Amino acid sequence: MSATMTSGTVPGPAKDERVSRSLGRRRNLSNIVIKTLCIIATVIGLALLASILFTLLYRGLGGLSLTVFTTSTLPPGSNGGLLNAIIGSLIQTVLGAAIGTPIGLMVGTYLAEYATGSVIGNAVRFVSDVLLSAPSILIGLFIYQLAVSPFGGFSGFAGCLALAVIVIPIVVRTTEDMLRLIPSTLREAVIGLGAPKWKMIVLVCYRAARQGIATGILLAVARIAGETAPLLFTSLGNLNWSLSLGKPMASLPVTIYQYAGSAFSDWVQLAWVGALLITFGVLAINIAARLLLRGAK
Amino acid sequence: MTNQEPIVPQAATIISHPTRPKTSPGDAIFAAIAKSSGVFVLLLLGAIIVVLFLGGLQAFHAFGPGFLIDDDWDPVQDVYGAAVPIFGTVVTAVLALLLAVPLAFGIAFYLTEIAPVWFRRPVSTAIELLAAVPSIIYGMWGFFVVVPLMAQYIQPPIIDSLGDLPYIGSLFAGPPFGTGILTASLILAVMVIPFIAATMRDVFETVPPVFKESAYGLGCTTWEVMRSIVIPYTRVSVVGGIMLGLGRALGETMAVTFVIGNTNRITSSLFGPGNTIASLVALEFPESQAGTLKLSSLLALGFILFVISFIVLAISRLLLRPRLKT
Repeated sequence: MSATMTSGTVPGPAKDERVSRSLGRRRNLSNIVIKTLCIIATVIGLALLASILFTLLYRGLGGLSLTVFTTSTLPPGSNGGLLNAIIGSLIQTVLGAAIGTPIGLMVGTYLAEYATGSVIGNAVRFVSDVLLSAPSILIGLFIYQLAVSPFGGFSGFAGCLALAVIVIPIVVRTTEDMLRLIPSTLREAVIGLGAPKWKMIVLVCYRAARQGIATGILLAVARIAGETAPLLFTSLGNLNWSLSLGKPMASLPVTIYQYAGSAFSDWVQLAWVGALLITFGVLAINIAARLLLRGAK
Repeated sequence: MTNQEPIVPQAATIISHPTRPKTSPGDAIFAAIAKSSGVFVLLLLGAIIVVLFLGGLQAFHAFGPGFLIDDDWDPVQDVYGAAVPIFGTVVTAVLALLLAVPLAFGIAFYLTEIAPVWFRRPVSTAIELLAAVPSIIYGMWGFFVVVPLMAQYIQPPIIDSLGDLPYIGSLFAGPPFGTGILTASLILAVMVIPFIAATMRDVFETVPPVFKESAYGLGCTTWEVMRSIVIPYTRVSVVGGIMLGLGRALGETMAVTFVIGNTNRITSSLFGPGNTIASLVALEFPESQAGTLKLSSLLALGFILFVISFIVLAISRLLLRPRLKT
């Protein structure tokens, strides 16, 4: 009697308590199992990062000394350093970013301020996105054909060009995203005051988006500072001291590549020191960029 | 007359000079610079394709379409074929995805639904930092950490237990060098996990909360909400994120060069050595003289790699665009 009463008060088909309880158990169980697997996946991801950082510290810290920063690369066994590689990397990274940033900035401006909804604009955005993930080794081959092969030699300048090509799409993406975040009322106010559009963009929009744009440039610098493949075919690497942009130029990643595969233990040790420097440098720039962006929002 | 005089020129100025000149020279110049920069990016892509193709023309002429299916790479006899590196590129990238996608999905699911809110940001950042580590560092880490692990603890038991089985045995045959196709795929998987996970997380976050709340209100568990609400809603974009990872994996150079073993041979074993387009180009390029057939073959390989990754990345963009508005 009471059973018919409950089934009468609860609408819907009759319920078997036993079945629904076991069904609920199964649903709960699968939920817990999958949640646990996801936590394990995240732990694996974090453990991989930890493993990489730990390996770098473990193998690199031991070789870290002042000589690394004061001496150039020397033949094995003569206590060389990485000075020329560090300086070469700095020069090429800074010049690469200096060449690529203005272009990327203008493309980003074009996409955000001029090309909304236009066919060319969509094509540019699409191509820039593809270039963002295009294999960097092919950029190296491209610049080799364009700036190394016709001029008869590897050069630091060709390395800068290759890095600049990598910088452009990164800066384009962040610049466009950041300019789009600016409310259009701000633009209308500036135009309403009688300013020409270019003044609106340069004096108001860039200023409003400057932290975001700076983030993009920092991320681009972090990306190219660690690039190896495009430099192999352009600036080649140089084991001697050279600041000339017309000659092959050393860089930290290429030197690491040359040293890590060598048979000399002191070279391998230096490769680890270089790897430690470049990784922590790149990660520090990345974190700085993130903090900057957080401040902007 | 004296009253009219100031009015007429004023009216004239208003007509000929509106409050703001419509075409300020600064505006025209700035717009032209912006637009030509945009066109420059289009030309850049075109130039990359044309330059690589022209560079590879000599090889395409010499070998014809057979270049794609020839598995020779013989600098002594000056015969080159692309079959082995293409095979290696595709196999390592696909294997890497098989390993990376479940992990990346788990991480994205954890970050959007399971983790406590205060914990999401630090974990997200840590996973994204994994993407910032330079490729060559993965190569060294792979060579000095993963390869010995594979050679000592992972490959020998697998070869002993599975190597003798019929059919699948040949996948796990061969000596345990530690390097090879599987190791390269493992490293590639680690490298693409952050890209796929970050895209999936962004995509999952676009699901309107009302949908999820309705499902929770009906008594769904977290996993049921994921399976029946979030995944169907974001399916297309999730595939786009996976394609993005594939595009990244196809072109990875330095990390793969360190661990794949660099042999121009197609082996049936996952533990066997091989090469990829990128690793072959990186290794053989320094030994190629300008103007030789070998250099041209390397450029032809570069062209093929560019076409493959362009297609993959283009599909990824098209699938991701509606959801992420990029």
